[in-house]
Amino acid sequence: MSAIDTTGPAVSAGPAPAPDTKRRNRARAGQRREIALFVGPAVIVYVVFVLLPVLLAAYYSFFNWNGLGPLDRFIGLDNYVRLLTDPVFHTSVFNNFFIIVLSLLIQGPIAILVALLMNRRLRFRGLLRALIFVPYVLSEVTAGLAWQILLQSVPPTRWGPFDTMLQAIGIQDPPAWLADPNVVMWTMFGILTWKYLGLAIILMLAGLAGVPEELYEAASLDGAGWWKTQWYITVPLLGPTIRIWAFLSIIGSLQLFDMVWIVTGGGPLNASSTMAVYMVKYGLNVSQIGFGSAVAVVLFFISLFIALGYQRFALRRDLEGSLTGGERK
Amino acid sequence: MNRRSTTRLVALTTAAGLAVAALSGCATGSSGPEETGGDVTLTWWHNGTGEPLKSFWQEVAAEFEADHAGVTVEVEAFQNEDLQRTLIPNALQSGGDAAPDLFMVWAEGEIKSQVEAGYLKDLSGLTDVVESVGGAGTGWNVDGKQYGIPFRFGIEGIWYNSDQFDKAGVTETPTTFDEFGEAIGKLADSGVSPIGVGAGDGWPAAHWWYQFAIKTCSGDSLKKAAETLDFSDACFVEAGTNLKTWMDGFDGDLPFQSNPTSTPAQSVPNSSAGLLAAQTTSMELMGTWHRGEVAKLVPGAPAEDPPAPEWLSWMPVPDIEGAAGEPGAALGSGDAWGVYVDAPDETLELLEYVMSEDVQTRFAATGEIPTVAGAEAGITDPVLKQIAEGTVNASLVVTWLDTQYGPVIGQAMNDAIVNLMFGNGTPEQIPEAMNAAAATL
Repeated sequence: MSAIDTTGPAVSAGPAPAPDTKRRNRARAGQRREIALFVGPAVIVYVVFVLLPVLLAAYYSFFNWNGLGPLDRFIGLDNYVRLLTDPVFHTSVFNNFFIIVLSLLIQGPIAILVALLMNRRLRFRGLLRALIFVPYVLSEVTAGLAWQILLQSVPPTRWGPFDTMLQAIGIQDPPAWLADPNVVMWTMFGILTWKYLGLAIILMLAGLAGVPEELYEAASLDGAGWWKTQWYITVPLLGPTIRIWAFLSIIGSLQLFDMVWIVTGGGPLNASSTMAVYMVKYGLNVSQIGFGSAVAVVLFFISLFIALGYQRFALRRDLEGSLTGGERK
Repeated sequence: MNRRSTTRLVALTTAAGLAVAALSGCATGSSGPEETGGDVTLTWWHNGTGEPLKSFWQEVAAEFEADHAGVTVEVEAFQNEDLQRTLIPNALQSGGDAAPDLFMVWAEGEIKSQVEAGYLKDLSGLTDVVESVGGAGTGWNVDGKQYGIPFRFGIEGIWYNSDQFDKAGVTETPTTFDEFGEAIGKLADSGVSPIGVGAGDGWPAAHWWYQFAIKTCSGDSLKKAAETLDFSDACFVEAGTNLKTWMDGFDGDLPFQSNPTSTPAQSVPNSSAGLLAAQTTSMELMGTWHRGEVAKLVPGAPAEDPPAPEWLSWMPVPDIEGAAGEPGAALGSGDAWGVYVDAPDETLELLEYVMSEDVQTRFAATGEIPTVAGAEAGITDPVLKQIAEGTVNASLVVTWLDTQYGPVIGQAMNDAIVNLMFGNGTPEQIPEAMNAAAATL
């Protein structure tokens, strides 16, 4: 405290010769201290809870280790060989990419469309926005359990509450949503869309709020219809928002764990397993910490490459603006 | 805000943060099993998060404290999977004060890896306690030394709805698989789903294969497989073939409910335990804990101390006629206490008290099956009495196979079994998967 207190008076009492240099040096030292104070705690937390675990996981992945006792059974790349040749892991990777592709192709357009519709003057707009956002606010466990109960069959019939509802509107033979290995990932995508569409819509609405009104006026003067206006003005200007949303969606899909774990546990017969589910099921839960770490490392590198590649190619324009903005003349 | 007030704010915040850290540091420093001037604090971890068990262990600890001046017992209850998979391994790995003194240990493969890592105290010296539990203690014996003392032990069986049995005209409990098949047919005709199985979690379905395995494989084959972790004995393939043949003898989804792979095992209303509780299925193969689990899930059950439904009955798993397995063999296991290698000596006294006939008798009265000879007098529930008798009468009690072979082989085995029962797996793939998993150990 006292060291900081002296900074002020010392500066004002500076003697004649080179007051500017001295003051600048002092100010610079003070600035560095400030930076250290602000950034220090975050750096410590980052190193201890992010960097160190990542490095440790990489180290553990070369051992056959059950989490107890010393790390003394070095097995080289065996964990990676086992992992990369396991068909269940292949399914898990496929499922992660399945969700990514479907999210981008289906959730994105729906979110933009709903956002465009809701951006107009509507009755109960606030209420509608709140309703759309509700699933996102619900905890994963609550939402997951609710869906599990709705979709599961109730003995002695093959049908559950959701099927009964479908039958009431004429769909007589709905599939086994959670028990059919060929259907379960589509079901999972449906649940994830229900859960995360609200976030996408809110993001798009925020992006739309940034589109200048004058452009629409100019378009209407030029005689452009609603669809043309949206296609040539709104969507291009929504670009940064869409790219950021896609980035969040991709990363979320790669790390997908909780919803799958609650609704299916990766089943039936591992048909809905994802990389993270596989890691917990065959690493942590069976005390093969070395093997689990190998899965974590693979997941880490896949996410890293995709994230860096995406930033390099898709987000470049958006990021350049924000990073170089301060340097511009 | 100018530069000076900003720096001051930062300094103040940092100082406050440091102070909080220092204070909380003091707080954690003063707890833990530290001995200060003859005072000892023991930590005791268990998985009895529900009542009446949670209060019961608390009460036992208080009684022990009253009898032992200067000893404080800190009892903590944790959810089972957290305790078994995360808390205990991490605490043991950290060692010292972080490790609990008295805690739950799981049989066979599980306890073996903890013993090999040197975390457990050899309890063979407590001869009275070891003798009092008799044969039940076998699963916690590693290389001739006793590292865990079971406090609860029982065999699994078929829990069923006696009202639905009566309605369907099943008057006598089946004792052979043929009679069992007839009963299933009658139940299905009466409009209920005969057997519920939580195949979504894997192990509840796998227990059906375990039953076929212990009834198909001889006692010697099972013992040899457990020791060598080599599952090449032909009886393991035969067990799968027998199970599949039995299942294929029924129409459609029978004998199980529809879509079992999306049904979890317990805790939630849509689990197989919940289906039995809601009387939408008639039977379920489960261990002794199922009575409490079903009671909890009966629609409208009170949150505190729910009574088991009156229709809930129990029978041993029928024998398969002509199979090579030992007649009367049963699957079972229990829960045991282990002691940390560096735990204070008072922990052994606490263990002796917890395993005394008096405490075990009162434990039995809470609706449990005790292990200490004589304590079974405390069992009041007729169904539990039946299980206790079944356990004593079993010619051979085989520990759950997934526990016995350890979690890695267990997981691979259970996956392959679910695939055989409800996917497109073959009986051969089960021992193949087990051998492949054993190679990664």
